[in-house]
This record gives sequence, C-alpha cells and structure tokens, in this order.
Amino acid sequence: MSSIYDSFSQALSLIFHLDAELLGIIFLSMKVSCIGLLVAVVLGLPLGVFLGIKKFRLKGILITVLNTFMGLPPVVVGLFLYLLLSRSGPLGFLSLLYTSTAMVVAQSILAFPIVAALTHSAVIGVDPVIGQASSTLGATRLQVSLAVIREARFGIVSGIVAAFGRVVAEVGAILIVGGNIAGYTRVMTTAIALETDKGNFELAVALGIILIAISLLINSVLHIVQKKGMVGVS
Amino acid sequence: MGLRLAVSGIAKSYNGDTVLRDCSFTFKEHGVYILTGPNGCGKSTFLRICALIETPDSGKIDYSLDGGLLRPDLGLRRRLTLVLPKVGVFNTSVSRNVAYGLAIRGIRSHESERRVNKALEFVQLGHKKRQNALTLSSGETQRLGIARALVIEPEILFLDEPTASVDQKNTGIIEDLILQMKKDKRTTVVMATHDREQAEKLADSVLAMKDGKFS
Repeated sequence: MSSIYDSFSQALSLIFHLDAELLGIIFLSMKVSCIGLLVAVVLGLPLGVFLGIKKFRLKGILITVLNTFMGLPPVVVGLFLYLLLSRSGPLGFLSLLYTSTAMVVAQSILAFPIVAALTHSAVIGVDPVIGQASSTLGATRLQVSLAVIREARFGIVSGIVAAFGRVVAEVGAILIVGGNIAGYTRVMTTAIALETDKGNFELAVALGIILIAISLLINSVLHIVQKKGMVGVS
Repeated sequence: MGLRLAVSGIAKSYNGDTVLRDCSFTFKEHGVYILTGPNGCGKSTFLRICALIETPDSGKIDYSLDGGLLRPDLGLRRRLTLVLPKVGVFNTSVSRNVAYGLAIRGIRSHESERRVNKALEFVQLGHKKRQNALTLSSGETQRLGIARALVIEPEILFLDEPTASVDQKNTGIIEDLILQMKKDKRTTVVMATHDREQAEKLADSVLAMKDGKFS
C-alpha cells in the first residue's frame, strides 16, 4: 500500500517539476500520435465520405473489412510492419525500423479504419432530405456532398477523437516497430511498460496519470462539441 | 412570363408502380398554379421532375425563354427551386440556412446579409435568425424553407404541400405569403396541396391530378 502511495507522490513531484525526460516522452508521444492521426484523417475521411455517398459493387465487403480492421490487434500490425520494414523485408531499404516515422506509420494504420468507418456511419446517418434540399437550391454535386459532410460533422469529429484515443493509448505496434529507444522512440505507453518491468514505478505512474488526463481532456472537448451540435448555433 | 415550362407526356414509375402516366401541361403565364389531388396521385413526383431533381422514365420537360429551348444544366436549375415537404434544414442558424443558396452561388457578405434579412422579414422569422434552425416549430420550418427558396429569387418556385403538417396560424401566414407573391407577379408559384379550399383561395389555375395524370 505504501509503495503505491510513494509512487503517486513521487509521480506528482515529477509532473510538477516538469522533469525533462518526462516532457521529452510526452512530446514525442503527442507528435507520433498527432501525425499518425493526421495521416489517417487525410486518407480515411475522404474514403468514409465516398463510401457514404456513392453506390458501387463490393461496397458492402469494403465496409465489412473496414469495420473488422477497426479492431485490428496492434501487435499484429506491429508484426507485419516489422516484417515489411526490417532489413531483409521489401521496404528494408527505407531504413525506417526503430524510427518515429515507423511508429507514425503503425499508428496511421490503426487509426485509418476507425476514421473511415465512423465517417461512413456519420455520413449515412444524415437524412437524405439534406442532400435533396441542397440540390433543389442549386448546388453542384460537390456542393451537395459538402452539405452532407457538414451535417455529419459531429459524428466525424467523434470518429477522429475515438481514433486518437486508440493510438495514444496503444503500445503493441509502436513497441515492435519503434523499439522503445530512450530519447528517440520512447513514448508514454512504451515507457510505462518498460518502467513497470524495471520496478521504476514513479515515472510509470506519472506517465499513466498524464495519459489519463489527456484522455479526459479530449473526451471533455468531444462532449462539449457534441452537446453544442445537439442544440446550439454553430 | 419569362421562363416557360412545357411538360409533355411524362411517365414515371418506382419498382413497377406507375406514379405518373402521360402527364402534360404548359405553364404559360405568370401566376399561382395549384396541383390538387389525393395523397399518392403523383403531385410530389410531378414537382420533383419539373424542378429537375428527378428524371422521368419517358416524356419531355422543356424550359424555354423567348421561344428558345434551354438546356437542363446547372444554370437552368439555379433559376428554379423546390421546397420539399420535409424542408431539410441544416444544423446551423436560421440565417445561415437561408444564406446557403447564396453562398453556393458565391454571393456573400453584405449582399447576402441584406437578402437574407429581407427574406426572413418576408416570412416573419426575422426575430429568430440567430436561433438554430432545428429548434423551429414545423410551421416555422416551412416558412424557413420558403425564405431559403425566395432568397435566390427563383423564376419558378415549386412548393410541395407547405401547409400539410402546419397549424392554422402558420397556414394563414404561408397562404398570405403566396398571395403576396401572386400580387408581386415576380415569381411563378406551382404548389401541391390536397386542400381544395386552399387551392381555390390561392390559385390563378387549379390543376386536378388523379391516378398519375391531370384530369
């Protein structure tokens, strides 16, 4: 009991004294997750909208695949990416293994299906009369699509936040392709795993507290945005 | 009348159910045309085809100006508009809803604001312009639909049952708006209703529809 108490008090001291190592780990975590998410949004959002608006053959299969990939085990993604990026792998010449770029790629792969599938759900949830109304007012096909996306914006934002929640808390894939190298590829989750193994609980707990605080902050923002979407003027 | 619409021999069916059959009419003069008929007789489909948001299975929709036939392109579509029975309000403020048709035409800032305010005053919603449009009552929503349509100054305005799910007070306001448009003679109004009394009150011409054609 006292060791838990000690870990917490030392963790809080690390946080309040803005420990340089701690800050470096947090910064890299945020950088990797944000860039990974950005890549996933740039690719996944248009795909989700396309799937929501267009009708074509094999669409059902594609949606089923995306929904399945939403639950991809991160270690499996890490494993396949490792095989691709390792020196003897097909992309070995890029020398990306154990770099933060490889971690960004891993997190993009994990976030992409979430962004695409939840964007698709948000778009198909928009009342078809919205598209018809914008069409009657003289919108081009692109403008009709934009009107539908605008109506789906709160659902799309939820999807992006859910994807961020997944990548920021993820450990398996980035541990495999990043290697948890101190000062280079060590992020919050991999550091927690390592420090726990070493019995070095104060840094692990400090990072744990920060991770939960970030998650709480993001979900609070999401809650406010969604509440506003229900009743307010935007 | 500037824009002239000639509908000839249009037919439309959905999943084998014929909704319109050999439907023809020419809208020659400015005025208020009211389509009447029971539910399911094809009024809405007729309006959607005339407003160029649906295509008929057969027959022709010809818009012409000074004797010259117009191509059914975006330019023509932007000279007409249809207010749907469900309206389809956007989840944003009343004024932004009304400004939509102007924004997609590249009209913004002062000009847009002036026209939006004028349209909202016309439908008596000026005091609600900052409110979220989804919080309006059904009668107000219909009036918003009319304002959103009128702000783009259509030459032909199609209205699909604008008073079907609206209380007496709002029905009165909407009928007054249509009578005002009839007096102004700037816009031709083609409206569907199943209320015969309303049709007699508002129309320059009443077109009775039955089983997918004009009787």
